[in-house]
Amino acid sequence: MIALEKRPQPSQMWSLASPLVAVALTMLAGAGLFAALGQDPLEALVKIFWEPLFGEFAFYYRPQLLIKGAPLVLIAIGLSLGFRAGIWNIGAEGQYIIGALSGAAVALALYPSEARWLVFPLMVIAGALGGCAWAMIPGLLKVKFKTNEILVSLMLVYVAEQLLASMALGAMRNPEGQGFPGSRNMAQMEAATSWINQSAGMHWGVVAAFISVIFAYVLLAKHVLGFQIKLAGQAPRAAAFSGTNPARLILFCLGTSGALAGMAGMFEISGPSGIVSIDFNVGYGFTAIIVAFLGRLHPIGILLAAGLMALTYIGGDVAQSSLGLPGAAIQVFQGMLLFFLLAVDVLTNYRVRFGQRSAA
Amino acid sequence: MLRRTLLASAAATAMIGGAALADGHEPVKVGFVYVGPIGDGGWTYEHHQGLLAVQEEFGDAVETVFVESVPEGPDAERVMTQMALEGADLIFTTSFGYMDPTINVAAKFPDVRFEHATGYKQADNVSVYSARFYEGRAVQGHIAGQMTESNIIGYIASFPIPEVIRGINAAYIHAKEVNPDVEFKIIWAYTWFDPAKEAEAANTLIEQGADIILQHTDSTAPQAAAEAANEAGATVYTFGQASDMIEFAPAPRVSSIIDNWAPYYIERTQAVIDGTWESVSTWDGMDTGMVEIGEITDAVPADVKASAEEMIAAITAGEYHPFTGPINKQDGSVWLAEGETAADYGDDGLAGLNFYVEGLTAEVPQ
Amino acid sequence: MDFGSINPILLLASLMVAATPILLAAIGELVVERAGVLNLGVEGMMIVGSVLGFVAAIGTGNAWVGFGVAAVAGAGLALMFGILTQYLLTNQVASGLALTLFGLGLAALLGQGYLGTKAPSFPDLHIPVLGDIPVIGPIVFQHDPMVYIGLAIVAGVWWFLNKTRGGLVLRAVGENHEAAHALGYHVIRTRLLAIMFGGACAGLGGAYLSIVRVPTYAEGLTAGAGWIALAIVVFASWKPGRLLIGAYLFGGVTVLQLNLQAAGVAIPVEYLSMSPYIATILVLVIMSAGSAPGSLGKTFHASR
Repeated sequence: MIALEKRPQPSQMWSLASPLVAVALTMLAGAGLFAALGQDPLEALVKIFWEPLFGEFAFYYRPQLLIKGAPLVLIAIGLSLGFRAGIWNIGAEGQYIIGALSGAAVALALYPSEARWLVFPLMVIAGALGGCAWAMIPGLLKVKFKTNEILVSLMLVYVAEQLLASMALGAMRNPEGQGFPGSRNMAQMEAATSWINQSAGMHWGVVAAFISVIFAYVLLAKHVLGFQIKLAGQAPRAAAFSGTNPARLILFCLGTSGALAGMAGMFEISGPSGIVSIDFNVGYGFTAIIVAFLGRLHPIGILLAAGLMALTYIGGDVAQSSLGLPGAAIQVFQGMLLFFLLAVDVLTNYRVRFGQRSAA
Repeated sequence: MLRRTLLASAAATAMIGGAALADGHEPVKVGFVYVGPIGDGGWTYEHHQGLLAVQEEFGDAVETVFVESVPEGPDAERVMTQMALEGADLIFTTSFGYMDPTINVAAKFPDVRFEHATGYKQADNVSVYSARFYEGRAVQGHIAGQMTESNIIGYIASFPIPEVIRGINAAYIHAKEVNPDVEFKIIWAYTWFDPAKEAEAANTLIEQGADIILQHTDSTAPQAAAEAANEAGATVYTFGQASDMIEFAPAPRVSSIIDNWAPYYIERTQAVIDGTWESVSTWDGMDTGMVEIGEITDAVPADVKASAEEMIAAITAGEYHPFTGPINKQDGSVWLAEGETAADYGDDGLAGLNFYVEGLTAEVPQ
Repeated sequence: MDFGSINPILLLASLMVAATPILLAAIGELVVERAGVLNLGVEGMMIVGSVLGFVAAIGTGNAWVGFGVAAVAGAGLALMFGILTQYLLTNQVASGLALTLFGLGLAALLGQGYLGTKAPSFPDLHIPVLGDIPVIGPIVFQHDPMVYIGLAIVAGVWWFLNKTRGGLVLRAVGENHEAAHALGYHVIRTRLLAIMFGGACAGLGGAYLSIVRVPTYAEGLTAGAGWIALAIVVFASWKPGRLLIGAYLFGGVTVLQLNLQAAGVAIPVEYLSMSPYIATILVLVIMSAGSAPGSLGKTFHASR
């Protein structure tokens, strides 16, 4: 009988080794999958993992990693604070949408103002406040009524999606768009664009993502609030004794993650995406949850995990167009990668024992 | 900007590659960017049929690549750039939402030709193309108006955009022409593809007395709903949308509109091979075969079928325009005077059509 | 505007059919959550069930075989989630999301080549005598068998949870796994069984869409039905009886707004579509504390 035994402390060795093991396992399983589909497995893996980083056109793909990864980092960093404290915001997708809509509302309302010093900062503030407010709904309901925040935040995603459709077709529709849905393109407005250097993949969202990593790192390592967050997750009762105010902690965690998700949406809609359209959201809010866990809720880990996710998206598209792999195969491959990463992670916190009967 | 020059040099490489291709030494590379999966059985499926036709036509002289389920926005821009970098000479971007990304990427690769479906922004190396589906809707309306017993025609619409509104108007005008008592019940599903919701919409329309269902959504669920209703004793007819949906023939599906992109894709690819490609704005209908009417089944009475075929012939020959006056707007004001045909662009032009014609009772959702 | 054209009898009848796929998926998830496990992979299990069920139904020409295969496929996928979360102690939220991603891809791969094929027919059950009762007959007694199977499963789950020892154990495990473990209950075994039951039900719900509702194959058939199922479980505050109300409410709002539109009533569709979700949040607030299973979403590892 194989049994798991909790390690007194997470294993340093395994915390570094397990992602590598998982990627190796995924490559094996993926190779099998691609071979079954009649592809050269090695070539497919090279296209997915090597080509975007070191291939002929890496100069183009590397900046794309920033564009694809930035919203994931920004959202996942916010979520990880709550997840550490045992506060489960899984509605980041909704906060992302509302942040984008709030930012867009400012840009479109002030159009055609050219005062970038006014418009863009206002958009950032509006985006952060919008996302924060949307996350405060589950926060306040949890504090006041002990309502389950997992479910409320999830429900609010659907509400946000409907709002987005309504805005794209109605209030925010481009008056010069010949009746088609979708807003004016904010990426092309001098005053509102979040681009810094488009061909380098730099927009303010990327900057914000890196700042958020540093912010979270410092908060968790140095600040008393970071200590309280960690304590609340590991030992809720001890946290209560140590004078942590649970209501304040809930509101802080949800508010911060909402604000970051809202900003991610705002930077996306005023830069890479540009337009309020019905399908503006492409699931960053949900993918970021996975990223947060893959990164073990650690700021640096999240940075790496987001990079890996972005790589599989970009490499997946490369493999699709150059090898004719079906999009579904890429999706299955990503699913396997996540399963393996999550599964192997058990070795960090637990030790495998053979020959003893498990108590469970 | 080091990277910018790098990108420019890559574009130059692509251009050199393009020149080599024109000599016929290497296959011309054609890329397709799809918004949905090729297995959607509707919009993307038909574009992919176009790709297959190109392959069939040119064989080894052309290499085709595609990426499916590409979200509109930055992902689309990346996929297009990637195709251009990898040496594509011609790229078809097949969704309205790819408009700005296409324009952006095209600006970076002046020697790659782009073709954007259903948009309105053109550039030196960006053509736009779309199909006059409303011509097919007119034929559907013509058949539907004569086949309805209850005089109620149900219409499952997707989003309130000009494309869909044109279709409703065209169908209504021609149903009304052959049956003055006809009434349209319109449901906006706010989705292009959601089988459960579409089935629900079809059932709702049938329950409210519709015995003809027209759909501007992509799944076959409304066809199945009609078939089930027929098994329970009703008589409901439907028309296929986007693809033929022939598996529901001869009834409830009595005919269909097929988006046939193959002739256009072949023509444009040929132009690249010949070196004659130029940026154009194409809005073709039955005349070039871009809009096709699927087989009209025997469930349609012979005289109705004959008159429908006459109409198809007239539209195909360019003798008849489905929007020919006198047609009033819903509020009673004049849209088209006697004998006047609708302009494509400009105020009240077909491209941006956003109002119903007189006689339709519902309101366009805002 | 013409309210007269809305026939309430037909409206209710179509409601029962519309609610069936989400009802099936939701009752499975309800059992899973009562056992203390949050599986967000419902959509993934549903779509794999819909594809494999469809393929099996085509292959054998028998819709029943399709439903059977769909249930097994859903349970199989759920077992994967179970092994991950119960033995390898992965986070349930992340694993569930990964399962959805995996399932959507897998379904699309498996369904290649079936595009546009039509499922074998699955006729309605015409229950004699009862089906002929005016008004009630057509509403309640003239549907296909899966509608009744769905209702039977709901009743069965209610009976199991409230009237059997097994149900008691399951609820105990969900409320407080440490205490249940201390009492000698098999926490992990119970949860695995619940997870597999949930997967089987999701598979059935998916197959209902592909075999009965749509009945041709196209990619992305479930179009978010699995997420609605999750919402309904919450709306029902984890009680099977209320689940029925919840499924009919969610189905009902859709059917009602379509009916109003067809009758020519100008309604803001987006805002009406939001309403069930807002209603769910309100229900959550009113029910508030104590209604969610105590150990929901938490990882269990027996320490000795």
